[in-house]
Amino acid sequence: MAKMNMIQSLNSALMHQLERDENVLVFGEDVGYFGGVFRVTSGLQEKFGAHRVFDSPLAEGGIAAIAMGMGLNGLRPVAEMQFADYIFPAYDQIVNEIAKLRHRSGGEYSTPLTIRTPAGGGIKGGHHHSQSPEAQFTHTPGLKVVYCSNPYNAKGLLTSAIECNDPVIFFEPKRCYRGPFYGDPHKVPTWNDHPLGEVPEEYYSIPLEEANIVKEGDACTIIAWGTMVHVCEEAIQQSGINAELIDLQTLVPWDRDTVVQSVKKTGRCVIVHEAPKTSGFGAEMSASIQERCFWHLESPILRVTGWDTPFPHTTEWDYIPSVERIVEAIRKTQE
Amino acid sequence: MAERQKVTESPFTVGTAPFRPGDKPNLGGVWDAQPKDLWRPDPEKCLTEDTHAHANGLIRVLRDDHKADGEWNPQLSPDTLIEGLKHMVTLRVFDDRMIKMQRTGKLSFYMRSFGEEAVAVAQTMALENQDWIFPSYRQPGAQFVRGRDMVSMICHCIGNTEDNVKGRQMPVHYTWKEGRFISISSPVGTQFPQAVGVAMASAYKGLDEACITWLGDGTSAQGDYHYALNFASTFKPPVILNVVNNQWAISTHKNLATGGKNFAARGLAYDIPSFRVDGNDFLALYSVTKWARERAKKGQGPTHIEVYTYRAGAHSSSDDTSAYRPENEFETWPGGDPIERLKKHLIEIGAWSDEKHKQLEEEIDNEVMQAYKKACEFGDLASGPYPPASTIFTEVYEEVPWHIQEQREELGK
Repeated sequence: MAKMNMIQSLNSALMHQLERDENVLVFGEDVGYFGGVFRVTSGLQEKFGAHRVFDSPLAEGGIAAIAMGMGLNGLRPVAEMQFADYIFPAYDQIVNEIAKLRHRSGGEYSTPLTIRTPAGGGIKGGHHHSQSPEAQFTHTPGLKVVYCSNPYNAKGLLTSAIECNDPVIFFEPKRCYRGPFYGDPHKVPTWNDHPLGEVPEEYYSIPLEEANIVKEGDACTIIAWGTMVHVCEEAIQQSGINAELIDLQTLVPWDRDTVVQSVKKTGRCVIVHEAPKTSGFGAEMSASIQERCFWHLESPILRVTGWDTPFPHTTEWDYIPSVERIVEAIRKTQE
Repeated sequence: MAERQKVTESPFTVGTAPFRPGDKPNLGGVWDAQPKDLWRPDPEKCLTEDTHAHANGLIRVLRDDHKADGEWNPQLSPDTLIEGLKHMVTLRVFDDRMIKMQRTGKLSFYMRSFGEEAVAVAQTMALENQDWIFPSYRQPGAQFVRGRDMVSMICHCIGNTEDNVKGRQMPVHYTWKEGRFISISSPVGTQFPQAVGVAMASAYKGLDEACITWLGDGTSAQGDYHYALNFASTFKPPVILNVVNNQWAISTHKNLATGGKNFAARGLAYDIPSFRVDGNDFLALYSVTKWARERAKKGQGPTHIEVYTYRAGAHSSSDDTSAYRPENEFETWPGGDPIERLKKHLIEIGAWSDEKHKQLEEEIDNEVMQAYKKACEFGDLASGPYPPASTIFTEVYEEVPWHIQEQREELGK
């Protein structure tokens, strides 16, 4: 075991996969020589050479397209989109091409690729360095969608994503790269003091499709992913209510069994995400949960989300679901 | 604030086609460009600047008197030329039969390659069998070159139980992995940068493979076209990037696809050797593609080619050309008809005759009809059988996930 932040653990996952499989290639904007604007690919080009870890031209649509071509010709590319906000030039390639290749070709072709992308707010990034566009991809059959939240699951989930024979969109909560975020922008804790900052140096994987029960409880089920997992942890503590916290980890396909089991136990549910409320993945979960748990529910399923507005700059702390809003929602489920 | 004065009545340029319905079309009759105009550079040593004349001129091999001439003459044997002719005739006869099937309700949709038969046929023949074909929708001819069974192609177009893509795609969206023919997709141009990735993978593995891809003059306005050229220029993989300038993107004339004079020369700015080739000249197309393949083998990277041709037919079975261009415009195309030109060349060199040609057309027509009948044994459009409904749910992922499995059970089929 070693102390790692999420940048280091993601780097470790990439390093193991580059070592284990010569078909793994890592590329994207600033990914090669420099090692990425967030340093996730730092040192990899030096270790594995410029044909395996390289800088690409600044064109997300081109990056996704060459990844698809490489994937269908036997490689296992890992492409970085520098910010999830900049994934949209690649949207056509991802939605119409990458996601559909296996199906449209009758299974003759497939493209096992991973697109890594830093997402979410809390870094004063304004409209275009803060969004969390997971729902844009959960709505696309053919993609798997993963959202890590801490150094331990980041490494294990990225390992599985790269090994997955289906294309995976892998979201990394950039606010949590160097430490968890508990909702107080003035506090900057590190992963050093967090149990999930203890990461095995050796290879390991965490299966996709499995949620993680962060904290057990019986009064309410809180479901979150990415940065919101830690904010929810703090909110549960402040609420004084014995809520259960589930880190969804994989959004498509999501671990409905774990969620349903929990909601049947608690009878109450709050879903928390940074992305806007309307058509957010919380809406899908809420609908699915009530289909399965209706007769067990003691109160309406609530959502605490970003607003249905563009993500702001200086007022971002009024946009991102706060501890206070989550506490209020938890309390509301107890009424 | 004072009212602002209008300074012009024509603030921007909106191009149009040279001829519209009712006009007497004249696309030039003959070209000034002749086979001897352009030299053949050494594919290994050629620099982009050595191709300026080629990108701005027109590479031809067949002269107006049907003799082959110039440095680009690939010196193919009569047998090879006859093989090429046979594939082109096969494609045309196949297309003619299939469009009739569509008109009589036996196919839901169809797209012909009429007037562009030389493109995929000559270019695929110039490649090696291990090379990847990344087509758009007017290159089905590559499959005949690689030996795909016609029955299998028709089964796809019908979407019956033997359709290898299981009724999931519209007709003419072929996939054929055995022939390294990569799946056709409706969004135009997406294949261009993907082909660069395919070629990068081949190069990474150190294999002697190239990837060829095509898009149209209209599609060259897409970002994907420019991604492809820029990535190809940057990484220099063995990819052959063709812009098939057939003058028309549905009803949009190429005058509205670019403000530039030609398409080939765009490649020069990306530092990619670029050629403009008579797309109805089988020999010239074969030769330029062979040059690109030789260059790829020598590790010199990509080649950009404008295939200069004319879309003689409608865009698709849903299109009506009489609404936007004179019906007989294609007859005035200086490049003529690609099949007629190769046929006349073969007759000129004493290897072919009108009788043989007629016989070939009849044989192929018979073959197509037999293949159609055989294909219908696996289901026709009117009454099926079609692929089972379960194919909706399979191969979305490698394994069917729980939510899709539940939906399949909900359908109950």
